[in-house]
Amino acid sequence: MKKPKVLILRTAGTNCERETASAFEMVGGEPRLVHIRQLRAGHNRITDFDIFVIPGGFSYGDDVAAGRILANEIRRHLPELKTFIRSGRPVLGVCNGFQALVKAGLLPNGRTGEQIASFAANDSNRFEARWTRLRLNIQSHCLFLKDLPEMIELPVAHGEGKFVVKSPKVLEDLKRSNAIALQYVNEEGNLAGYPYNPNGSIFNIAGICNSEGNCLGLMPHPERFVTRYHHPNWTRQTFCKEGIGLEMVRNAVKHVLS
Amino acid sequence: MSALAAPEAAATRDPKHPDFLSATARQLAEMNRSHGWSLNVRELQAIQSYFKSANREPTRAELETFAQTWSEHCKHKTLTGPIRYTEGGKTRRFSNLLRETIMEATLRLKKPWCLSVFQDNAGIVRFDADWALAFKVETHNHPCALEPYGGSATGVGGVVRDVLGAGLGARPILNTDVFCLASPQHAQELPDGVLHPKRTLAEVVSGVRDYGNRMGIPTASGAIWFDDGFLRNPLVFCGTVGILPIQAVRKEVKPGDLIVAAGGRTGRDGIHGATFSSTGLEPSSPTGAVQIADPIVEKRLLDALLTARDQKLYRSITDCGAGGFSSAIGELGEACGARVRLEAACLKASDILPWEIWLSESQERMVLAVPPKHLSALEKIFAVEGVEHRVLGEFTQTGRLQVFFGKEALVDIEMEMLHHGLPKDEKAATWTAPKPSNGRKPRVADDSGKMIREAFHALLSHLNVCSRAWVIRQYDHEVQGGAVIKPLQGAQHDGPGDACVLWPHAATGKMQSFRGLAVAQGINPSYGRLDPYAMALACADEALRNLACVGADISQAAFLDNFCWGNPDDPEVLGGLVRAAIGCRDAALGFEVPFISGKDSLYNEYGHGQSRAVSIPGTLLISAIAPVTDIRKAMTMDFKSPGNAIYLVGKTSREFGGTLYAEWAGIQDGCPPLVDIPLSRRTLLALNHATFQGLIASCHDLSDGGLGVALAEMAFSGEIGAAVDLDEVSRARDMEEESAILFSESPSRFLVEVLPEKEKAFLRAVKNVPIARIGATIANPILRLSGMSGSVFFEEPLSRLKDSWTRPLAAAMDGK
Repeated sequence: MKKPKVLILRTAGTNCERETASAFEMVGGEPRLVHIRQLRAGHNRITDFDIFVIPGGFSYGDDVAAGRILANEIRRHLPELKTFIRSGRPVLGVCNGFQALVKAGLLPNGRTGEQIASFAANDSNRFEARWTRLRLNIQSHCLFLKDLPEMIELPVAHGEGKFVVKSPKVLEDLKRSNAIALQYVNEEGNLAGYPYNPNGSIFNIAGICNSEGNCLGLMPHPERFVTRYHHPNWTRQTFCKEGIGLEMVRNAVKHVLS
Repeated sequence: MSALAAPEAAATRDPKHPDFLSATARQLAEMNRSHGWSLNVRELQAIQSYFKSANREPTRAELETFAQTWSEHCKHKTLTGPIRYTEGGKTRRFSNLLRETIMEATLRLKKPWCLSVFQDNAGIVRFDADWALAFKVETHNHPCALEPYGGSATGVGGVVRDVLGAGLGARPILNTDVFCLASPQHAQELPDGVLHPKRTLAEVVSGVRDYGNRMGIPTASGAIWFDDGFLRNPLVFCGTVGILPIQAVRKEVKPGDLIVAAGGRTGRDGIHGATFSSTGLEPSSPTGAVQIADPIVEKRLLDALLTARDQKLYRSITDCGAGGFSSAIGELGEACGARVRLEAACLKASDILPWEIWLSESQERMVLAVPPKHLSALEKIFAVEGVEHRVLGEFTQTGRLQVFFGKEALVDIEMEMLHHGLPKDEKAATWTAPKPSNGRKPRVADDSGKMIREAFHALLSHLNVCSRAWVIRQYDHEVQGGAVIKPLQGAQHDGPGDACVLWPHAATGKMQSFRGLAVAQGINPSYGRLDPYAMALACADEALRNLACVGADISQAAFLDNFCWGNPDDPEVLGGLVRAAIGCRDAALGFEVPFISGKDSLYNEYGHGQSRAVSIPGTLLISAIAPVTDIRKAMTMDFKSPGNAIYLVGKTSREFGGTLYAEWAGIQDGCPPLVDIPLSRRTLLALNHATFQGLIASCHDLSDGGLGVALAEMAFSGEIGAAVDLDEVSRARDMEEESAILFSESPSRFLVEVLPEKEKAFLRAVKNVPIARIGATIANPILRLSGMSGSVFFEEPLSRLKDSWTRPLAAAMDGK
């Protein structure tokens, strides 16, 4: 069977590209790290790929604001990404990639291209690296979350991860359209404050998916939980053989193959 | 000495130095002071006679080149120079202290897996059949005293470049950070020009965070030591571990190779960093000597260089650290010669003088030796990654360092003189043993439950024991997806891990190899105040204990040393350093663990040259690295389940010198804990043996605060209670008080949790070491202790113990 081709976008300051590529390789994808300059120069074409990923990092040092410069670059120079999303192929933005997708107006809703949400500094005013509990929206059509348990755990590591919206109406729309794919919760699965919500995101939003279900952006890092040995408590308990993050990328690969 | 060629454009020589050749010793000393060279008169006279024989005045650039190449910072002339050491009426001479102690031990141990030691920018050891690990730890003390954020950020950037310049370049996979500071709660008046330690800590953490996180290197290993002796001169140690293919370990420069500078532009920041770091601090120390950091420029450079390395596009590489181009090109061309055209350099601003370009320590720059035929391929990679670069000249066969700016000759000197012409000055060192312990029993004769409870909370909330989560959570310790044993451990991911374990193959998609590595540290300046020799052994012991706790293979461990001392011109100060170096040698030989790299930082004193100069307590950091054969067998320190046996491995003695309990209880004791190396090695290997058979549920070493602190930490981290009988502890005969058993800091000890069905096998595995089953884990979340009388004298909920341990640092930093 032909392996789905995964474009993993790089630019100055991207730093999660290797483990992201590794995760896709583990589930039968064929990842390729592509620098945005190579795309802009026409050496590679987005349309030649089946899956598009913007991994985490500090693109351009997060100068100005997290993901802002990369978002502008995507808006100006990668209009094909919008078409790619519209074609229904899986698109994933993790951490800095999520920030860039939102700031490029591709999430929550890429049709208008308008930016309706953003990210602020964490409420703690500090970079926060910690594992979070997440509740999945079982009503979401998100292809990455298909058949996953409702409660999962993934690590976050960011300083500017507080999801904010342009107006209360945006939040209402997000709720109504089931765009909120993941929320930070406590052990009981309820919305809770810091440290459960590590950044103070409105309505504990950790991840957003478009209404078509093929474009997911999230602050937690699925690529950091692809084996049981990644979990902070693997020496204490018996976990599943694989990490839940691997299931998420496997879903993307499966979707392409189906 | 051969005749020197006269530089062509004599007229443009710096007018300030017309009289160098005829200067008297006093005039030389004055020049040295006004230019901030940090050379002594004998060294200046050696330079003078070199140029006399050439019958010409030196240029400013030449004098600056000598000053930085011969600086303590670059040359380590104290540790590698002759020393006359006196101890107890006996005198011993060293012609090269480092070579005759630490390096000698490494040579004698002849470990075949040591691939490159004490020669490259980092020590390199074999990891597996195809890969090697490079490890280097640097200090950035002087910059951090003046500008903590920039100082620590450039400290990280610098050591990352060391690893990127080790062999043909290693990919950084781990950063380590160790800080020695005064208490953030310091309430007295601050000396002139000294920053408050709370601000210093906040800023050094931010600097390490912003550089490491942005570069995508996990900062997952470190330590913080608080002691008011570091008020004026904080210590900041930055380390990096990198991974590189075995065939990329060797490097060479061939005449004809191009000198290619890549990365950041050259500016005026960081002029005289090397020389300013080679003297003490004063209120007037130049903040302009601290460089400006840009991690994304370095990340671009890293991405580009590793691609170029794999395509074999360059033959050698080194970083621009202290001394900038002068040092990097001087080192690369040492064996052949180099001809440099500085006008080609890429500059931040055009008003920089040629000698400043040559000496600038602007960050994020590397220098490569590139065969001309590979230049265009290299340039293509640089173009994609957005890396600026310039060809600055070529390596030659002249044996000379020749530097031009346009037609102006700035430098023309022999490599031989530059690298081997430094006159050696014998320094005096003396060590006076502290008065033997008065053997007094602890002042706290009252071993009531109440007093023990007070001691528990005081030690758990001690700044040198309490939680470091405030710092650790600011570091991305999981980027690259390899941190399988994390710095914070336990049920709530907040317990104090002994070491981190990395699984480097996790990010390569080739996960069938479960080989990993662990990194840990040992540091204790309090012991060093009493006896630097004992400190050296204790640091080595602690670093190895930490590694053993997570399941690293001690038989393949390697050490790195970092000596931070005061003014070595003071024989008493230097005596302590010599004693620590001898301790390192004995530890290396006794544990059979070689040192593979090291770095010293001297003149950590305030008010240099004044009668009331204040020096730091001599401080040795030992970092250790070892493979973890199978990361699936790695361990954490938290108790796992109730009903398991708790064993104390190792012997407990009345050892209180420099301990936390002694500080709290006001005990005077001149002798710090002394390591019995053969016993310790036996213990470590026995523990390894049990670990590799999967017989251990959790393991934690006993360090600051002894048994009491370790037991509490394991229990509250695992949310599992413990019932322990102190009378069962294997101990010296005279130890009958509960407090002594609980809080002695005897080295080489571990607490081990063992499942009942594995106890027999465990006891078979740990033969020939002192061991006692001192209790069991219990479901009730309390710590329950019974004492000599056989009855329970202490019972405390884990939540209270944890609370004392969790809060102090965050409270000090956030005021919460």
